[in-house]
Amino acid sequence: MTAVEEHPVVEATPEFEALAARQERRRGALYALPAYLYLVVFFAIPFLIVVVYSFATRTRTGGVELGGWNLDSYQRLGEEIVRDVLVRSVVLAIVTTLICLVIAYPFAYFITTRSPAVRNVMLALVMIPFWTNFLVRNYAWRLILANEGPLSNTTDAVGLGPTEILFTQSAVVLGMVYAFLPFMVLPLYASIERIDTSLIEASRDLYGNARQTFTSVIFPLSLPGVVAGSILVFVPSAGAYVTPAILGGNKNVLLGSYIVDQFGNARNFPFGASLSVVLMVLMLTATLAYFRSGGRNL
Amino acid sequence: MTTIARPRNLGSRLLGLQAALVYAFFYLPILVLVIFSFSDDRLVGRWGGFTLGWYEAFWNDQELTDSLWVSLQVAASSTVISVVLGTLAAFSLERFRFRGQRVFDALLYLPIIIPDVTMGIMMLIFFSEGIDLLDSVGIEASKGIGTVTLSHIAFNISFVSVVVRARLSGMDTNLEEAAMDLYATRWQTFWRVTFPQILPGIIGGALLAITLSLDDVVVTQFSAGPGATTLPVRVFSLIRKGVTPIINAVSVVMLVASLLLVVVSLIVGGLRSSSTPVANDD
Amino acid sequence: MSTKMLRLLAAILAFGLLSAACGGDDDESAVGADCEAGQTDGDLNLYNWAEYIDPELKTQFEEEFGVTVNEDNYDSNEQMQPIISQGNSGYDLIVPSDYMVSILIEGGDIAPINRSAVPNLSNLADEFASGLPFDPDGTYSVPYQWGTTGLGVDLSVVGEDVPQTWGLIFDADLAAEYGLEGAMTILNDPRETMGAALKYLGYSLNTTDQGQLDEAKAVVADATSRVAAYESDQYDELLVSGQTSVAHGYSGNFLVQFFEADDPEQFTYFVPEEGGTRWVDNMAVVADAPHPCTAHAFINFLLDAENGAALTNWNYYASPNAAAVPYIDQEVLDDPIVYPADQSKLEFIADTGDFEIEFSDAFNEARG
Repeated sequence: MTAVEEHPVVEATPEFEALAARQERRRGALYALPAYLYLVVFFAIPFLIVVVYSFATRTRTGGVELGGWNLDSYQRLGEEIVRDVLVRSVVLAIVTTLICLVIAYPFAYFITTRSPAVRNVMLALVMIPFWTNFLVRNYAWRLILANEGPLSNTTDAVGLGPTEILFTQSAVVLGMVYAFLPFMVLPLYASIERIDTSLIEASRDLYGNARQTFTSVIFPLSLPGVVAGSILVFVPSAGAYVTPAILGGNKNVLLGSYIVDQFGNARNFPFGASLSVVLMVLMLTATLAYFRSGGRNL
Repeated sequence: MTTIARPRNLGSRLLGLQAALVYAFFYLPILVLVIFSFSDDRLVGRWGGFTLGWYEAFWNDQELTDSLWVSLQVAASSTVISVVLGTLAAFSLERFRFRGQRVFDALLYLPIIIPDVTMGIMMLIFFSEGIDLLDSVGIEASKGIGTVTLSHIAFNISFVSVVVRARLSGMDTNLEEAAMDLYATRWQTFWRVTFPQILPGIIGGALLAITLSLDDVVVTQFSAGPGATTLPVRVFSLIRKGVTPIINAVSVVMLVASLLLVVVSLIVGGLRSSSTPVANDD
Repeated sequence: MSTKMLRLLAAILAFGLLSAACGGDDDESAVGADCEAGQTDGDLNLYNWAEYIDPELKTQFEEEFGVTVNEDNYDSNEQMQPIISQGNSGYDLIVPSDYMVSILIEGGDIAPINRSAVPNLSNLADEFASGLPFDPDGTYSVPYQWGTTGLGVDLSVVGEDVPQTWGLIFDADLAAEYGLEGAMTILNDPRETMGAALKYLGYSLNTTDQGQLDEAKAVVADATSRVAAYESDQYDELLVSGQTSVAHGYSGNFLVQFFEADDPEQFTYFVPEEGGTRWVDNMAVVADAPHPCTAHAFINFLLDAENGAALTNWNYYASPNAAAVPYIDQEVLDDPIVYPADQSKLEFIADTGDFEIEFSDAFNEARG
């Protein structure tokens, strides 16, 4: 006889089921507790400070007076410049997300067609450039895109004429796509990789061509990855300001730099706070809504 | 894990070409970076002959090497803690149902969507007040590496949990149930069945956490104290005063170090997953 | 504990923290009041602009006084100020710019200087020892270095006889004449850039007149299309590498770049004839500095004649230290970039109080 211990057989009475369910819930809560407590103390409370500040008053010298609670900083959100900034940022974020999706999808798909060992290497190769300093990467692009720089010289040599792209919106989009592409690739890859190949084979067996297989089988099944990737690209893009500053010449005020400005040059903390709160509420709503429509959670 | 069948036709070749172009896109600035780190010219972008001088300057620059050491410490400790907390959080959200789960879920998303300057300012105020509070009960505290690490953990937990959840949600629970049917304890089940399967997710989360920690500027600036300058913060202030190739040299060093890290983790991950049987879906 | 309870607790904790904030600030006598000349009370935690002080000077101080100097850097006054005014920053000495000093004074964030601990104050030139608009009696701040903001130009593009005017940026016709479209940068700083426009229009850069500011806003908005970038960091490199031909920026930065350029004669810097900003960075002791005496010793050390000169000889900004003049390199003294000949049209940026926010808003609107 093997050394299997004797285990009592328990009957699955309703009371037992209820007890087991309660234990499961408690266990789940227990697992969540450390992270929850940490985030409450070191994130939620500090964030509450920001929320409180959004109702405070700005003093003459740019400090914050905790008293005289008001909605002034929220009223400012209706100003024209805020609308312009918001629209500009959202448009840029959408454009970046779409371009990332279009580029990343075939790329992620290609990776899934490789052998597991090659796949890991390919994914690692995607991440590695992003371990250089973010600022330095942007400055490198500034070099490349400079007037009479490498890109310009190359297109000129090829006959397309010199490219004067630096400090234009195109340069900003390029920089943004560059910065966020991995965030689209990774979730897409994870999602496409999990697709059951038998479904694809079935589609082919039923005489579906490549396009049909894609639209009816592959794309729908990869939707969680599309949603996840889109969120991971859209959200930070909407608040990005470093890349637009370095590659766009700071000429158009975007939401990210506008918020930074309030906490910096303008020293208008309440307004910076209200902008942040509104931005985050919008993002959170969009995220949660998008998840509902996209099906499952990440 | 599934491998999608690969047809050897034009479509496949085009895909391969596109992939190559994407990689070229990714590595173009890196190439520029590396090349000009060896250029003997103060202005980045002009080739002035080959030199290792910038690497030497980096090595001799006390402030830069100090900040590198600070960065590594912060990255290491914040990653370890956020991986543990983030993995636990991921489990709790994917495998269990409990009251307050929705709130927890939403809370986890906040650090991902918060603008970093907002987080920086709120941590600044929080730590400053916290120090006052501790002071009033007689505990002496100050801003420094500790507060930077605390801030980094605060945002890293969320990112780690996202990655691990992605891994968990696609996982087949049959294996775990089978293990438990065979009277394995929870701990045994976790360690020998679940853990090897989610290891890629954990490694992915850890790598992401390290990256975010090593790249963070704004939150760190506001959370730090004297002597707690991290490398990206130092680079940031140097850029203000003028980009010289020393910054390139720094970046290349970081790159090589990260490469080594990836190689090591791939090997470790590969070793672990090869020692436990992995199920196939068919 | 249920989730609701936890969150309630969190909220209470938060308000507790906030009230600790509003709660009494220490009403002790100002930090540093008991310090004697040359006395130190621990290592120095210095918070300074990057590359603003010669590392050798720091080493010298360390050896002379037997303490360590820890320097951290900030890249703008606005980044430094919240960190200092929140308190518990850990820093002893900061180097705020002129207008920021008045803000810090009003916020109670810097301590009065204990003059008995800084005997070298007598080395300061008269015009810097007192009478500075932001700190008239020099109670809270000690000038560190000063300079101007103006235009750096590439003479090979605009020629030796280039008119020294802000019009190069703000006058569309003039810019076209010299082919400067897309080849200029201006500072990404509301006060500096709006100030330049105000000077161009003949107004004071410290105006509190909304009409004048609106005019300046229109001028800047018009210039935006001609400007390559709003750049506060790399303007000197862009100029020297040929990307731009005219750059708005700070005197010392340009000088450092020009000295290192292939052909220093190719570039020059001037403050336009309409006038511009003169700025002065100052040393100040943080109100809750852990080591105020060392901070005072450091200030005194930098005010020494030779040390003050060493500062200038290293960062190419002008020194407010009269006693240092004999020790400053002649070529620096002679350089009109560092020590401009005509200082009559220069203005300090002064805090405009409630109006300050208008500058920032106008700037953002002008940028588009």
